[in-house]
Amino acid sequence: MKTLFKPLLLISVWASAAASSQPSATLPEDPKARGYAIAERSDRSDAGFGSSSVRLTMTLADRLGRETVRELQIDTLEKKGEGNGDRAMTRFFSPPDVEGTALLSHAHILESDDQWLYLPALRRVKRISSSNKSGPFVGSEFAFEDLTANELGKYAYTYLGTETLDDGTEVDKVLCEPLYERSGYTKLHCYFDTEIYQSRKVEFFDRGGLLFKTLELTDYQEYPGGYWRAHRQIMTNHLTGKTTVLDSEPYDFSVDLDRRDFEPAALDAF
Amino acid sequence: MVAVAASSYARGGTRITPEIALEARWFPDDPQFEQQFDGLQAGVIFSGDLRWRSDDRASRIRFEPYLRLDSQDTQRSYFDIREASWTHRRGDWEVLAGVGQVFWGVAESRNVVDIINQFDSVEDFDQEEKLGQPMLRLGRRFDRGTLEAYYLPYFREQRLPGEEGRLRVDPFVQTGNPEFERNGDEWAGDIALRYAATMDRFDIGLHGFHGTSREALFVPDLEGERFTTLYQQRSQIGVDIQYTSGPWLLKAEGVAADVSGDRFLSSVYGFEYTFFGVAGSPLDIGVIVEHFYDDRDSTESPITLFQDDVFLGVRMTPNDVYDTELLVGGFLDTETSAVIASMELTRRVTHSTLLELELRYFNDNGGALVTFLDNDSNALVRLTHYF
Repeated sequence: MKTLFKPLLLISVWASAAASSQPSATLPEDPKARGYAIAERSDRSDAGFGSSSVRLTMTLADRLGRETVRELQIDTLEKKGEGNGDRAMTRFFSPPDVEGTALLSHAHILESDDQWLYLPALRRVKRISSSNKSGPFVGSEFAFEDLTANELGKYAYTYLGTETLDDGTEVDKVLCEPLYERSGYTKLHCYFDTEIYQSRKVEFFDRGGLLFKTLELTDYQEYPGGYWRAHRQIMTNHLTGKTTVLDSEPYDFSVDLDRRDFEPAALDAF
Repeated sequence: MVAVAASSYARGGTRITPEIALEARWFPDDPQFEQQFDGLQAGVIFSGDLRWRSDDRASRIRFEPYLRLDSQDTQRSYFDIREASWTHRRGDWEVLAGVGQVFWGVAESRNVVDIINQFDSVEDFDQEEKLGQPMLRLGRRFDRGTLEAYYLPYFREQRLPGEEGRLRVDPFVQTGNPEFERNGDEWAGDIALRYAATMDRFDIGLHGFHGTSREALFVPDLEGERFTTLYQQRSQIGVDIQYTSGPWLLKAEGVAADVSGDRFLSSVYGFEYTFFGVAGSPLDIGVIVEHFYDDRDSTESPITLFQDDVFLGVRMTPNDVYDTELLVGGFLDTETSAVIASMELTRRVTHSTLLELELRYFNDNGGALVTFLDNDSNALVRLTHYF
């Protein structure tokens, strides 16, 4: 088992948005300023969630429809202070040979993230390299950067226009260009819901500028405090025909985790 | 997997995962010593995990029994409790009581600072399997790291291959009736203290230990028909450091020890460099280079295969859905050019079945230290099924 991730962050920042009660501020006209404002209001809206815990089922399917299922749990602690991102603890329940495997991630904005892996058979905590941005996460169609590079400051934004998705949702289309090193992408197209500010879709363009992956986020629910979470994410690789589906159980925001739950010494607490 | 109340495990709950493994180990060469079996060694292992966590996550219980039955070597048929521990955390404090396993260190091939548990030498000689260690541990978390104090009331004797077994010294080692320097028995008790911290790109561990050495001194009996074991007093301090930057992991472990008045240094240092996404594929290739040094007088100390050795290893991870991993590596003794090489492949073949293949190759090249292993190159296949 290699390194793991924190799709919760992906949900919480990419997909997070203002509470619906928040009045829609007037967006600036300049495409870069407007793009940043759209991403920022999405990011800012998630402030104050504290900590959360969620169980996920990850279903990996190849072109022929053969499936592999992984079950995991992700705990998240909200970022504190400038320069830092959220902290996430990902623990695997299945397949059974990797039960207890865990990844701790401390995200940073400008510096590289810190990551520790727990190998349950050896009871070993190992600090691992976080430079593997574009590599696949546990054999899935998610790359590490899809799951960890979600902080506002990691991209440059440009507003491209307002569109309507197939299901009728009105979205702001924003060009997101990675500012961090070693990205496997030249650019992303991010589609933010104009009504609830959620990310509805992300298109990923490879180093050759070719659209090769699409992420769709559906089944949104609003939790007390105005925090929105997608409960289904579908990543499709257009080159291989493979898909990875992440299905979430309800999020638990009352679990009241503290920073001690996000230290290397807590990796074996399973 | 039996996931009782699995959906609530976000908080607390119970998980039980029994497992059964079947294995076959094949020794192509004739045995070197009389009494040793020839050819195939079959085994079956019954094991599994029970985990419980309280709803507030403050308390945890873990239980892992382990039963191995072997077709050739009676010493390799045994039962052990790998873990039976209760852990409770309150704020910055954590206590663990029961039988547990502890890993210290940063190196890949061998960890000179890893002293809490006795290694299970009948499973394998690579020091990755450990016997459960009775312990009381008190931990205090600080913002930078964790301080842990250990009391280990009972000593676990090494488990070694029997007279019929392969991968043994000659004459064989008679276990079950060891001598102890301290108190004369296994209840003398050990103490240890460790501080582990993260400072930016550094992960640092410091420790001290006083108690009984985990390494046995082999003492020939009067007839020269067998060895018996003597466990000496040991005090040590040690440090382990890893520096992580980009694809580089730089590592060092060192111990200064006093074993029954004999003082020595033992160390391992090296690096691990990973080529991520080789040639645009999902394949990662990691290169591991480590060097050991141990300045003990080999004529008066427990058998140490690692006196002045180099380990070279390559780890290949295709990042597929089967979590395939291939590790190829070898120890080279720089003084005698003796070689211990191995290949380990793990791959999941169904959702609940894991396949492991291991090849071990020994060649003493005239060096004395691994001569007793010279005919024991072997291949192992193991299938583990989880319920």
